[in-house]
Amino acid sequence: MSSVPNGGWSQLWAEVVRNLFGWFRAVGTEFRTRRGRFVVTMLPMLWLLLFFAVPFLIVLKISFAEAVFGQSPPYTPLIEHAADGATSLRLHAGSYALLLQDPLYVAAYLKSLLFAGVSTLCCLLLGYPIAYGIARARPTWRMLLLVLVILPFWTSSLLRTYAMIGMLKANGVLTGALAAIGLIEPGTAILHTDLAVYIGIVYNYLPFMILPLTATLMRLDFGLLEAAADLGAKPWQAFLRVTLPLSMPGIIAGALLVFIPAVGEFVIPDILGGPDALTIGRVLWTEFFTNRDWPLAAAVAVAMLLLLVIPTLLFEYVENRRERREAQA
Amino acid sequence: MSRRNWGLWAAMAAGYALLYVPIVSMIVYSFSASRMATVWAGFSTRWYISLFSNEQIMQALARSLTIAAVAASCATVLGTACGLALSRFGRFPGRGLLSLMNSAPMVMPDVMLGLSSLLLFVTLQQALGWPERGMSTIMIAHITLTTCYVTVVVRSRMAALDDSLEEAAMDLGARPWRVFWLITLPLIAPALLAGWLLAFTLSLDDLVIASFTSGPGASTLPMLIYSKVKLGVTPEINALATLIVTVVAIGVVVAGVVMHRREAA
Repeated sequence: MSSVPNGGWSQLWAEVVRNLFGWFRAVGTEFRTRRGRFVVTMLPMLWLLLFFAVPFLIVLKISFAEAVFGQSPPYTPLIEHAADGATSLRLHAGSYALLLQDPLYVAAYLKSLLFAGVSTLCCLLLGYPIAYGIARARPTWRMLLLVLVILPFWTSSLLRTYAMIGMLKANGVLTGALAAIGLIEPGTAILHTDLAVYIGIVYNYLPFMILPLTATLMRLDFGLLEAAADLGAKPWQAFLRVTLPLSMPGIIAGALLVFIPAVGEFVIPDILGGPDALTIGRVLWTEFFTNRDWPLAAAVAVAMLLLLVIPTLLFEYVENRRERREAQA
Repeated sequence: MSRRNWGLWAAMAAGYALLYVPIVSMIVYSFSASRMATVWAGFSTRWYISLFSNEQIMQALARSLTIAAVAASCATVLGTACGLALSRFGRFPGRGLLSLMNSAPMVMPDVMLGLSSLLLFVTLQQALGWPERGMSTIMIAHITLTTCYVTVVVRSRMAALDDSLEEAAMDLGARPWRVFWLITLPLIAPALLAGWLLAFTLSLDDLVIASFTSGPGASTLPMLIYSKVKLGVTPEINALATLIVTVVAIGVVVAGVVMHRREAA
């Protein structure tokens, strides 16, 4: 508070009110002068406000309620109207205290980050050569190879995860093949282990890594590699100093597209992982459906928003501004 | 062929094998006569016959297709409006907010979107007695989820389009609505089809958001599959998954060829 000079607060409020007033006036002008535009803009705006933004305020509100079992909905109201007409607001921070105190929740969050991080790295190591191959293929082949990458992306993630069960269970397609060449004991299952979760995430998200990488590598001028070779660079030197730095935007985009949804993933760890593959998405699901502790589930969602979504949006914002500035320069 | 190229080919083969072996083996075993889902016991179509006579599955399929069709159509209208506003209207009050609300659902884990939608519906129901949880609430949540994907497709198409045609029509005195119907809409039609298909398949696939927002007796197909998968792999689900994957693959390839032709013409 000391940073605001004396009388600063009233000035600040005056500024806020003036800005808000200006905003309302701008909206009014927009409506009067360009009615069609206004309607077209307001339609998605109102929809997203009502069904996307407002729900988060409700989640925030309910995360401060207390769970009550055996009634519907199973939580206490925050604002109470006493018999004498007095209204009181009761904030219950117990859910957040539990999130910090019980090591289960912190462990689940770290486990989600580990699953997502390692899988992203595997996707990159496997996806890069594929993207490189597609980008350097002849145009007719390139089309076919791209379609083959995009096609699994359109088919249901639930069904593809389900198909993985048949590969990984005891005497399944993959486990049977590995047992046949003597790598694992016959009858061993990979299903319900952490390894199965890694395989499942890489399998599901590989197209998200390959597509942006291919897009960047296709724009790369391969004449640069020939120039590097003419100047005496070995192929791996040319790769490290020319190809890799130039494909960095694709690597970053692909890594984000894999990492972010993988952290919140519920279906893959739930179906392929064992009971100890407890990710943050699974914790939220269990608190809600099994324990019916809605306030705690809401608190988990708020923690997820603060730790995952807001950093992502900030990163995107900074990246966009940087790109725009570079485009102007 | 040099040694390095062999390494590249090997990596590509491994990657494509990872993408396709699970689905192909699932398709193969769906034609096995054995009750064990991963044991081959001769060719049979009995699981397809028992699938079509399973009323529970057929009802869930019809429900999922209805939800996906309604959600995709509404999302296409909203997403087009949003894409139009963000790429053609320049600066307007609230543009930043609209852009933020439009990109956020794409990075939002679906458990969060499901939970927040449900809590909204519960709050609304307490206050207004509406909406009853069931198919309509799943549709609303799916429209919210898929609108942003349609917007992205429409925006990228608009960015590739030259707006001089629209400006020429305006200069010749056409009203904005006429310009939209006669010029913009036909030009972005392929993007609308792609956006609709994307929204449709996203809605058809969704398990998590539907589980949160559904009401009693309104199980969608993914919810039914999930409850069956929890009990183990069955040949009937193999057959069902094979049919869905085949239909979607054919649909996507046909749509891709049609759009490719249109753009080439």
